[in-house]
Amino acid sequence: MTNREYTVPQLFKNIETPKIQPDAMKLPGPFKSKSNHQQALGFPDALIDNWQQKAVDAMGQAVKESRGLRVFLDSCVKCGACTDKCHYYLGSADPKNMPVARQDLFRNVYRKYHTPAGRFLSKLGLDWLIGGQEMNQSVLDDWYNYYHQCSECRRCAVYCPYGIDTAEITMAARNIMSEIGVGQKYSNEVIGKVYKVGNNLGLPEAALRDTLEGLEEDIEEETGIFIKLPLDQVGADILLVTPSADFFAEPHVDGLIGYAKVLHESGISWTFSTRASEAANFALFIGNDESMRKIALRIREAAIDLGVKRIIFGECGHAWRVAYNYLETLAGPFDFLDTRFPMPQHICEFTHDLIQRNQLTLDPSRNDDKTVTFHDSCNVARASNMGGISGGQFSIPRDIIRATCHNYVDMAKDTTHESTFCCGGGGGLLTDDLMEVRVKGALPRMTALNNVVEAHGVTHMAAICAICKSQFSKILPVYGMDMDMIVSLHQLVSNAIVLTGQKTEKPESPLLP
Amino acid sequence: MNIFFATAFYFAAAVITLGLGHKVFQYWSTPTPFRIPITPAPSTFPGVILRMMGEVFLFKSLFKANKWIWLLGWVFHASLVLVMLQHLVYFMQQPPIWIYQLQPYSQLAAYPLLISLGGLLLRRFMVDRVRYISSPSDFLMLFLLIAIASSGLLMLLVWPSNVYLIQQYFTGLLRLTINPLPDDLSLYLHLILVVILLLIFPFSKLLHAPGVFFSPTLNQADKTRQKQHQSSKPREPE
Repeated sequence: MTNREYTVPQLFKNIETPKIQPDAMKLPGPFKSKSNHQQALGFPDALIDNWQQKAVDAMGQAVKESRGLRVFLDSCVKCGACTDKCHYYLGSADPKNMPVARQDLFRNVYRKYHTPAGRFLSKLGLDWLIGGQEMNQSVLDDWYNYYHQCSECRRCAVYCPYGIDTAEITMAARNIMSEIGVGQKYSNEVIGKVYKVGNNLGLPEAALRDTLEGLEEDIEEETGIFIKLPLDQVGADILLVTPSADFFAEPHVDGLIGYAKVLHESGISWTFSTRASEAANFALFIGNDESMRKIALRIREAAIDLGVKRIIFGECGHAWRVAYNYLETLAGPFDFLDTRFPMPQHICEFTHDLIQRNQLTLDPSRNDDKTVTFHDSCNVARASNMGGISGGQFSIPRDIIRATCHNYVDMAKDTTHESTFCCGGGGGLLTDDLMEVRVKGALPRMTALNNVVEAHGVTHMAAICAICKSQFSKILPVYGMDMDMIVSLHQLVSNAIVLTGQKTEKPESPLLP
Repeated sequence: MNIFFATAFYFAAAVITLGLGHKVFQYWSTPTPFRIPITPAPSTFPGVILRMMGEVFLFKSLFKANKWIWLLGWVFHASLVLVMLQHLVYFMQQPPIWIYQLQPYSQLAAYPLLISLGGLLLRRFMVDRVRYISSPSDFLMLFLLIAIASSGLLMLLVWPSNVYLIQQYFTGLLRLTINPLPDDLSLYLHLILVVILLLIFPFSKLLHAPGVFFSPTLNQADKTRQKQHQSSKPREPE
């Protein structure tokens, strides 16, 4: 199913807009969710009877419940502004990866069944006039395939004159598919693990505790300072919620060590939680509000149980979006926390604040072996903010990098800030059965990165998203670059920070002469 | 013909008023489950107004996206506004002086109106990506607008109609009286096409006009950390 031969796109100087190649990415889509993964989320085991009608009804319901969806479906004028904005289109040339065409897979069915014009023309047999489309197996196949070639990154929405957000349509389509029994294995399995164990990776408490102890030893070995990585510490001030990949995946874990060092230096007590040992909320990806609420409520419960005063989120893109824009609505109000602090807070805001107040001793020369660039993660860039200042989500991470590294270079303007390209693996696509999609979708980012490597000798790219980090570790080598190029932003902080009482001026680093 | 057009315009006026009214009410009353502004977004209401004005008057996002579409789209809409302002004279017994002062410009605007429509049509044929996403209705919409503009220009340049009679006719309709309409074919053509446009407005992509104001990605302020966004969906018992 997934082992089709494909060629890795070639890196050119510019990000080229390809000529359309219909069906270039006509694939079976990712692995489908098995019955146990469906059941855990309350979805039917397999494709239900009369699914066509159920899908059409669910579509009507979804539109009734979301003004965004309704406006987006009605308003598109097919101007074409978005057609060259999606990284999956740029990397694959399949026209159904153009945002408007992706939307039309949904819109055409909506038009036929749920608009007066569509119903009228349908009766006359004139569906073709407005592109009305019957709900049938080939539509479902296209939905399953092409709605899993969208990372819900919202880049298209930045350029749409009506702000039409394809992500909202992708989410609605995925939820409808789940409801008729066609779920995606990767996302639904992950959500099941969060329900059962508390995090995406299914790390139970014992394993978590063990991992944290191992990391304490690593930090002590490196710095000579013992830093406690507390788990379920009742009465701590701060609850730190991070993506579970931070506990052991590379380069994520180096970022986690960075958070620990910063929190240690701040002198404020903090803790991880077993119950909320996951910042990510994959229910956003599948557009299921009930699951999203259920996952969000764990964080509220953990905060109450541990009696913390503040909640801080680690480096994770969509987790920050959900935390920043959804958490209060889903699980609020959080009025039991200390209201003097933003709820929630991003670890970058916390670190930035300490840097501003000169509470961290930083030695940027420890990162002199690197020339760093920064990858703006899509959900942070286009669906959230940091610091409460306009564009803070762009300036704060860059400020931190500049405080911890001497050599910083930005990638091309049309590939950063709100125009940033997705890593290619977001939105529930970070699974091996979608490797071709991930490789092709990474093309624009790889092009922009390659350009600063060649022009400025960039050696590392920092990111603040667990998915971006995992995706790039895998994709960089495919494009002939070193997988270690991708680093956590707090890994740079971790390198540069001089801990109070630390004896060795420079920690051993094999990269330094 | 007088009665035919009177009926047609009354009917079209009813359809567009009720149709758009219904759509606006529908947008208004549909819940917004979450806060989803495209960031960076303004955090205050005046900021949102500014953002919206930038989109509605300047097409800012479109400008970022594609200079050709922006140029053609903006010129089309700006010319259309000028031309439509001029048409207000047909609905007023004593039009204000500024409409007459605007007249030379409005008449000139017919040219960029047609040229930009032609450009948009050409784009739909020439650019493979845009051709792919175009339905027959997208072409027909452009043909309709081109036909309306051309028949109007025809009356301006080749077969002038009795403007006074047209004004009497429409101001009459406003007072529920039917006056005689000049019997010009180009006028009939122009009017019937306009009736068609009015009739399809609330059922077509022309809904982008009210839609843009309700687009949550553009009209929501970025302020969730200051104020809880209330989901209007029923919440499950906790």
